[in-house]
Amino acid sequence: MSSIKDRAQLISAAAQKMNKNVYDDARTIKSITHKSEMPKEASKVVTLEEAIRGTGLKDGMTISFHHHFRGGDKVVNMVVDKLAEMGYKNLHLAASSLQDVHAPLIEHIKNGVITEISTSGMRGALATEVSHGLMEKPVIFRSHGGRGSAIATGDLHIDVAFLGTSSSDPAGNSCGYSRSENGKSICGSLGYALPDAQYADKVVILTDDLVAYPNTPNSISERNVDYVVVVDSVGDSSKIASGAIRDTKNPRDILLAKQAAKVIINSGYFKDGFSIQTGSGGASLAAVKYIRESMIEKGIKASFALGGITAHMVKLHEEGLIERLIDVQSFDKVAAESIKTDPMHKEVSANEYASADEPGSATHYLDIVILSALEVDTKFNVNVLVGSDGIIRGAIGGHPDTAADSALSIIVCPLLRGRIPCVVDEVTTLITPGSTVDVVVTEYGIAVNPRRPELAERLRQAGLNIVDINALKDRAKSIIGDAAELPFGDKVVGVVMNRDGSVMDVIKNIVD
Amino acid sequence: MEIKNASAGTLESGDIFVQIGPSTTGGVTIDLDSTVALQFGDQIKRVIADTLQELNVTGVEVKATDKGALDCTIRARVTAAAVRATGVDVWK
Repeated sequence: MSSIKDRAQLISAAAQKMNKNVYDDARTIKSITHKSEMPKEASKVVTLEEAIRGTGLKDGMTISFHHHFRGGDKVVNMVVDKLAEMGYKNLHLAASSLQDVHAPLIEHIKNGVITEISTSGMRGALATEVSHGLMEKPVIFRSHGGRGSAIATGDLHIDVAFLGTSSSDPAGNSCGYSRSENGKSICGSLGYALPDAQYADKVVILTDDLVAYPNTPNSISERNVDYVVVVDSVGDSSKIASGAIRDTKNPRDILLAKQAAKVIINSGYFKDGFSIQTGSGGASLAAVKYIRESMIEKGIKASFALGGITAHMVKLHEEGLIERLIDVQSFDKVAAESIKTDPMHKEVSANEYASADEPGSATHYLDIVILSALEVDTKFNVNVLVGSDGIIRGAIGGHPDTAADSALSIIVCPLLRGRIPCVVDEVTTLITPGSTVDVVVTEYGIAVNPRRPELAERLRQAGLNIVDINALKDRAKSIIGDAAELPFGDKVVGVVMNRDGSVMDVIKNIVD
Repeated sequence: MEIKNASAGTLESGDIFVQIGPSTTGGVTIDLDSTVALQFGDQIKRVIADTLQELNVTGVEVKATDKGALDCTIRARVTAAAVRATGVDVWK
């Protein structure tokens, strides 16, 4: 017979050996209150000002935001307005991207509230001002995978993350959609916010739909959340499909999309179980429509579609042509609804999506990517960030990540946009190295990187118009003439980081 | 040559809106607002001036709002505006 009393000495000896205490039942306090009546003091729900004070934010620290509401985002302006009102200075704003709607940051930069910015891109008045030398310190531009990686490795340390979510419970379990009747603003995937939630020292959730615990299934877990702030609106969902996302009716885009589809179908990578991603340009999105028919005809199914997920992708998935969707960013409301209801439509964090140093990154499993470009040069280098007028007007996004990791990267762009040539001698700013770009599709022919002769041969066999990229550049020049040199100044206004953490290019100011 | 106020073109992307009116100073003055002014402003002004010269039109003020038009478009719009301003049909 051995009772616990008999074993007391052995228990004590075992505890001593392990350097632990012996369990003391008298110290156990069990709460018997019905959980719905638990005191509200335990709640993390506070005002924005209380949350900011509570995080211990100080001048000079780094604050972060996601851009899942794209042009409809209300969180960045709301929080930075409040920080300015509270007298903060010298903050580093690290957003996953910035849009036209963030023009009010110009005043906060002039007033010294924001003195550093890290982002994937920038558009509108803010981008124009920055390009003209608004800031003392250059803006740091990273790809989505590069940002995820920089946050995980500590290269980009976030002190306080302010993350807008479509629903949250009082503990901070939150996501980019809502299952309540009061849901106002949905954005779908919160992929770009997940590294911030995981690695930031303090995390403040802002939501316009506070729901009862437990708000499951959730993307952000309460264990990573310090405060929850209820606001009138975190974003305007109707503006998600703005910015770079267009469903094209442009006949030239449709022509380009059809050509891109032919490249895919005849590339040698169009096999059962292939995986695919499309960028945000009109032609690259539309290409999906045109590979659909061929998939049905040949009985080919894709194992997954990755990246910015669109209504087109959801449709193919629902038809059984794409088995799974891996979604870092929902590009429209259809995608945002699908991620809520379909378990095969998975949310993925930015670093698990596209980080170079994360072995499990989904891009490592990617066969084909179709991307757009502002400029491609004769070395196949691509620029998606700075306009041909030297003004910042785009975003790196996942462009260099997917081009580098995919087996086949296809750039789709017209030869000219108005008078602006898209195939040039040298890109204005280097974003995606030519060593990672395989095919350039234009309406005047398809150029294949000389590194891929086998691919060029396959496409030629299929009857596609394969041309030398230099011939495309010359053709553009013969139509538009020679462009004057841009009036660049001597100040560096932007630094472009490669996804491996090295510095790839700098952006100089424009003087006009 | 009597010059009336006249215009041609649109403000669509890829087009140029050309307004021609009588000049108080004689000669040809060109006021250009272009989305591609940094790279192509001088070239666009030269195309406008050359087109007017070929048509023997002088004593005009030109106001051009360009949205990235190609040279052929610029010549066509300037010609149309000049014909409307002078009443001289050059296409016969």
